[in-house]
Amino acid sequence: MSDELVFHFDIDGEDFTSAGQASVQIKKNLRQLGLPSEIIRRVSIAMYEGEINMVVHARGGKADVIVREDCIEIRLADSGPGIKNIEQAMQEGFSTASDEVRSLGFGAGMGLPNMKRYTDEMHIDSTVGVGTTVTMKVYFPVE
Amino acid sequence: MRIRTMQELLGARVVCCEENLDRQVYSACGCDLMSDVLAYVKDQAVLLTGLVNPQVVRTAEMMDMICIVFVRSKMPSPEMIEMAKEHGIVVMCTEKRLYEACGILYSNGLVGSATKV
Ligand SMILES: Nc1ncnc2c1ncn2[C@@H]1O[C@H](COP(=O)(O)OP(=O)(O)OP(=O)(O)O)[C@@H](O)[C@H]1O
Ligand SMILES: [Mg+2]
Repeated sequence: MSDELVFHFDIDGEDFTSAGQASVQIKKNLRQLGLPSEIIRRVSIAMYEGEINMVVHARGGKADVIVREDCIEIRLADSGPGIKNIEQAMQEGFSTASDEVRSLGFGAGMGLPNMKRYTDEMHIDSTVGVGTTVTMKVYFPVE
Repeated sequence: MRIRTMQELLGARVVCCEENLDRQVYSACGCDLMSDVLAYVKDQAVLLTGLVNPQVVRTAEMMDMICIVFVRSKMPSPEMIEMAKEHGIVVMCTEKRLYEACGILYSNGLVGSATKV
């Protein structure tokens, strides 16, 4: 079946104040669909980390959340600087965040590891100078 | 621990959602880096922080946290208070510093977030 529901957001890279707004909105939307709260929490945390990354590391981007029969897919795409070494970026504690970003409460180097932990599948596609696409999936529990 | 008990122990001022002061918190997290907060799922937790920006409230909402304590007399902006109200999150301010505030709650029986209840 091709029953899917897509939520799209443009993530503003200029205004840090609004960073995370799309994820709060997604959480609301998923609640309205009556999905299990554990699934909602995992999806929204993963999206939140990715959304903040796009704002602080990539000057914003686009986010799509696709609700399917068996899973929820999160697609985050930006045209930022890209990630040189993905394996390194995935390590807990690795961060290139500036002091300014740290003073805003980010830069622990935990975002990508958190995204991996809260989702069932995660894939990063990145080209230096072109941009980064992060795709994540959270599957519904099978009865 | 009841949120009300935390308020008394910390001599904190309640900024919003006073109607939820009798809710119970089961774990706490004292932190200024939001991704560290997001690293471990907690149940009905309180966030103590010296960081003041909208992402603190959004992080708490992402984690389904029920209370935020701002230390060192930091005041949240009206926008942040509105967001907290929308999610029913109790916001309090204390003069105490982060280390001291966490120590007081811990020594009165509120465990850290890594410990399962
Ligand atoms: N969308 C992106 N574009 C470019 N670089 C990125 C992007 N996302 C992550 N990175 C790079 O990967 C590093 C690790 O990301 P991660 O989210 O794990 O940590 P952080 O954002 O630095 O800190 P935290 O997420 O803990 O606040 C970043 O410091 C940055 O160098
Ligand atoms: Mg990050």
